Amino acid sequence: MPPEAMRIETDVLVIGSGAAGMYAAIEAARHGSRVLLADRSLIGRGGATVMAQMTVAVALGSETDDASEYHLRDTLAAGRGLCDPELSALLCEEGPDCIREMDEWGVGWARKDGRITQAMAPGHDRPRCVYVDFLNTGPAVSKTLRTVVNKMDGVQRAGDLCVVDLLKHDGAVVGAAALHLGSGQPVLIMAKTTIVATGGLTRLYARNSASSNMGGDGYALALRAGASLIDMEFVQFFPIGHLAPRLIGMDPIMWDPFRYKLGGRLLNNRMEEFTDNYGVHENGKYVITRDAGSYAILKEVEAGRGSPHGGVYLSFQHCSESQLRDAFGPVIDRLAANGIDLTKQPVEVAPIAHYHMGGVKVDRAMRTDIPGLLAAGEAVGGANGANRLSGNAITEALVFGRQAGRTAAAANDKPVPDRADNAEALIALIAAKDAGRAVNTAELLQRLQTTMQRQAGALRNDASLRHALSDIDDVGDALGTDPAGAPQAFDMQRLDWFDLRNMLLVARVVAAAALRRTESRGAQRREDYAATDPAWAVNQVVTLDGEDLAIANAPAAREAAVA
Amino acid sequence: MQQCTLTIWRGADARSGHWQSFEVPFEPGQSVLDGLRWIRVNKDPSLAIRFSCINANACKECMIELDGKTVYACTARMQPGELKLHPLSNKKLVRDLVTEIAPPAERFGAR
Repeated sequence: MPPEAMRIETDVLVIGSGAAGMYAAIEAARHGSRVLLADRSLIGRGGATVMAQMTVAVALGSETDDASEYHLRDTLAAGRGLCDPELSALLCEEGPDCIREMDEWGVGWARKDGRITQAMAPGHDRPRCVYVDFLNTGPAVSKTLRTVVNKMDGVQRAGDLCVVDLLKHDGAVVGAAALHLGSGQPVLIMAKTTIVATGGLTRLYARNSASSNMGGDGYALALRAGASLIDMEFVQFFPIGHLAPRLIGMDPIMWDPFRYKLGGRLLNNRMEEFTDNYGVHENGKYVITRDAGSYAILKEVEAGRGSPHGGVYLSFQHCSESQLRDAFGPVIDRLAANGIDLTKQPVEVAPIAHYHMGGVKVDRAMRTDIPGLLAAGEAVGGANGANRLSGNAITEALVFGRQAGRTAAAANDKPVPDRADNAEALIALIAAKDAGRAVNTAELLQRLQTTMQRQAGALRNDASLRHALSDIDDVGDALGTDPAGAPQAFDMQRLDWFDLRNMLLVARVVAAAALRRTESRGAQRREDYAATDPAWAVNQVVTLDGEDLAIANAPAAREAAVA
Repeated sequence: MQQCTLTIWRGADARSGHWQSFEVPFEPGQSVLDGLRWIRVNKDPSLAIRFSCINANACKECMIELDGKTVYACTARMQPGELKLHPLSNKKLVRDLVTEIAPPAERFGAR
């Protein structure tokens, strides 16, 4: 191998340091593995975990009698017949264990009379959701896991390390090639086991509620390494993401907890409640589900009855100042700092990409179809089927991360691989000299996000999805096959170029799978196929065949299998 | 739309940087990070800034100096007139507004 690439060896490479990646690193290390925990940014700061505000679903039975079978029943019902029941069962059965371990590590789950509080959330048959201070769940989970990781001798942390592709030898994954952002230089990581814990793909959309580093890179890495993706058409949109006035220092999904407390009225530009037109009678209460809410809002905008910024209004003007203060507490002051007085004005809201149900296809041990490659957390598809039950995302991250770490540690007795077939080509790609092309990568990235939002978002049809696929090709042509920018420290164009290389592939998978599924189910809302079609009670599995996508139907595992 | 002039320190060597000004249109309430992201899309994609969460002030990665004071770019606001943006002067410079803010044990290559 060329000498210019730094080369390191480890037992386990974990890509991504959200909750799934950190739990995987901890579990592998305490089973004796040497772990390299790599993240494209800072360790345990970006990703989706830190953004989580509210609830973590788990059958602790601390408030009311509960059991994992009940949690599983609700999870499978939300998934509309497409869940992989093995994965859903793992999430529900091992969730309590992980939540108790997090408690021992001092995460600070909210308590009443010494018992962990469990809140009711939509889709659950009983109070099942633990939380930290209602708006601090994600930061507390991240901080707790960071603290544990920092104390583990077996875990080496490596920030600013952006994985470009997985290394392969003899059909197995043997590590990864990465771009070190701090220097712009290539790095080879040879590993017995590689865990993709890169989270979801919400960055594909112009409006999203997650970090800028959730561009679906793990899906692209897995796909190019020969693994299969499943359920990629199912992107969950959160209907009432904040739109206007500009609100900074707060996550755009912040209105949800307050709708639970105070109801709130969704209004069109005639200041009329409009969800009745779509068969949902709210009467000031919060009853509309996520898919129905997104549909109603987008249809109202389409009919010319939207708010100035292209959404609808959410009003709490029926509430008194003291009611608002009781429900919102100090948040009222943060809103005031943004010039928002809810007694005097409504805010504008619109659907926002929130979570991805699809992902890398794995078995119950988190093994992909490719030896040496595991996945964990939101990067995994299958546990949530066509629609995720609220509160299941962090549980999934913790449980699947721990399982992946355990599986990886079991492979410790094999030697560290010493060769990779694609190492030289990847080093050449990462270290490529500046091609001198003037290409605005940031503008191309925005173009992709805009087209995905408009054409492959919460509402889709045949024409819009074909439009998206055509735009994706155009952006790909403009991007070219030689990396933009130069191999130097923090070259944003080079980073954008590698990001877009992944994002374009994943966007193509989402649009192609959505186009092929000629029905509406869960998060997939087709305007031209509005009904759920029993013949489509199947999962779509995507693989890469050369440059082309191959999509096949796989019968959904029968829910009866776990009954 | 109002206009804000963002005057930004550019360079990868702390001793030989230069200041560059951009006129940025904005709606009242928009953040400095909004302005920096606008510059990347509309004027100069090579401008380097570190951030993950964009808006929530959760990742804490976008620390810079604004008119000499340390701020988060995602919560500082644009306003009419000129704002001078400089990388953190007590951290090692990487490029433009990006500095080495990770704890030493997380720095790849520092070992």
